[in-house]
Amino acid sequence: MHKANKQSRPVAQRARRKFLRSVALGVGIIGASLLGFIPVLQQWVVRLRPPGALGEQKFLASCIKCGQCVQVCPVKAIKLAELDEGFGVGSPYIDARAQACDFSCDGLQCVLACPTGALTHEINYPHETDMGIAKVVRPESCLAVRGQGFKGQARGTAFRGKLRYEEVDRWKPILVRDHPYDLELCDLCVRQCPIEIRITQCEAGKPPSGDENQCPPQHAIRLETIEDASDTKRMRPVILDGCVGCGVCEMICPVEPTVIEMDSRSSRGIRV
Amino acid sequence: MSQLTRSLAELLGRDPKKPTPDEISPEAKQLHTEARADKSRIEKIRIELAEQAVHKPPEKLRRKRWAVLILVNLLFVVSYLLDIQLLEGALTASRFVGFHMADLNSALQVMLAYKHVVINLLIGTVTVFIMWWLLGGRTFCSWVCPYHLLAEWAEMLHEYLAKKKIVKDHPFDRRARTWFWIIFAVLALVTGYTVYETISPTGIISRALIYGPGIAMIWVILLLLFEIFYSRRAWCRYACPIGLTYGLVGATSPFKVQYHLDSCFHEGECRKVCLVPHVLDTVIMGRARGIHVDIGADCTRCGRCVDTCPTSSLTFKFKGLGKLL
Repeated sequence: MHKANKQSRPVAQRARRKFLRSVALGVGIIGASLLGFIPVLQQWVVRLRPPGALGEQKFLASCIKCGQCVQVCPVKAIKLAELDEGFGVGSPYIDARAQACDFSCDGLQCVLACPTGALTHEINYPHETDMGIAKVVRPESCLAVRGQGFKGQARGTAFRGKLRYEEVDRWKPILVRDHPYDLELCDLCVRQCPIEIRITQCEAGKPPSGDENQCPPQHAIRLETIEDASDTKRMRPVILDGCVGCGVCEMICPVEPTVIEMDSRSSRGIRV
Repeated sequence: MSQLTRSLAELLGRDPKKPTPDEISPEAKQLHTEARADKSRIEKIRIELAEQAVHKPPEKLRRKRWAVLILVNLLFVVSYLLDIQLLEGALTASRFVGFHMADLNSALQVMLAYKHVVINLLIGTVTVFIMWWLLGGRTFCSWVCPYHLLAEWAEMLHEYLAKKKIVKDHPFDRRARTWFWIIFAVLALVTGYTVYETISPTGIISRALIYGPGIAMIWVILLLLFEIFYSRRAWCRYACPIGLTYGLVGATSPFKVQYHLDSCFHEGECRKVCLVPHVLDTVIMGRARGIHVDIGADCTRCGRCVDTCPTSSLTFKFKGLGKLL
């Protein structure tokens, strides 16, 4: 009996060690994965999601992190999140200041590409999206508010963002720096707003792709005259109910830091 | 206990059991007796292994497999780089010339977290399910998963260091993987987040290759270091729920590795190279229940045993198509 005990002790000890090791492995890996909860609960970063994105919780639940939306975007507006965003790792977002969604695909390619419906398949047109709402965060530095015009490249010579200018090329977005402006009073945010562009086209009887469903029912942004005693004409940008939060106004704003920012926490309430 | 139940139990982490005498077919029993009585057997093995030491057979299949693995992953990269829309997306979900494909484990996590399945995801999941059922389930691991390749290289380093007695392998309980699978499924269901995707090295590496690497690769490097210095192939063996998902899919697959008792010398070379040596328990002298034994569901069909066996006692088999390779 004594002898048998002596022999089995190392075996039992090994088995116990293996068991404890396995428990430690379990705690370690599950623990590491649950660390992903912290950035999500704390909302360390609030991202502007691509068109059609479900509400943030549902979006992260349904996104399979494959990046198909990234691949189809003609202006490469969509990027994938890093590990510091926890459960959001690999999920798509748009950094509007660097490259906004200008809907130059017209057909919401990212929505069509999404395999899980994280970008809801229930919408078809740019004006049906609800990514967020633009906010005029620094009105005091706005060129229009100061009564100033704008001449030159909207974001400087090194800026790599793209926009589609219909009058240049209907199908191919070009670099913003290759399209300089000369404006008496700066109205870039209104001028380049994809919703406003569509409304203008529709009013001229030429809806995009000849499809009247493409016509947005509401305006998204306009410049309002500021009434005061001075001689200079001054105007302020006002965000309207038709804003979808695409971010083009934030991207094109020539002032540093930008006058307009996207607020992805705000919503017109049509987000699925 | 049927062959399938045994295979599933071992997939879930049970240690292989020695067969009871009545489980062994009379033909196999006779071969076991002959092998035991053969006094020259050990001598034969010694000659065999000495021969092999001089002319080490090249691991032909391994090279082919690596080529396939790299090619599949490159296809994703090239498709995006050249914008040819051949294979869009990443390993978690993709479109192959327009057809939806979804990784079964990623799809499962999304379904559990979102509790809603859109038709595209369903199509992708069913397509991939059929594909990997036909191809053997865990075949995904060794022929496609990019982490598997990195882990194989880490394993080479581990074995080199182990030979020099610098590191030692610390095995874990294989049931851990089943627990991980259950816990991650429950976490997805309860929290509503695809928790596992946060740490999935397969997804992280696939995205890193296609969209550029990020800080998530640090996690992958930590896993590899853990495998090199502490526990051989730990992630694939004891942790990865993707492996278990595909193992379950491939349990009834027609594509298998098959063992042939009649030509086996029981050298045990196959078990040394195997990622999941418990599936090769049958090659130990006296353990085979029949003359031809199908290898269990946990087998990744990597073919290293097929390459390594000096007597060709392990072969690929596609049921209904005769012997392959």
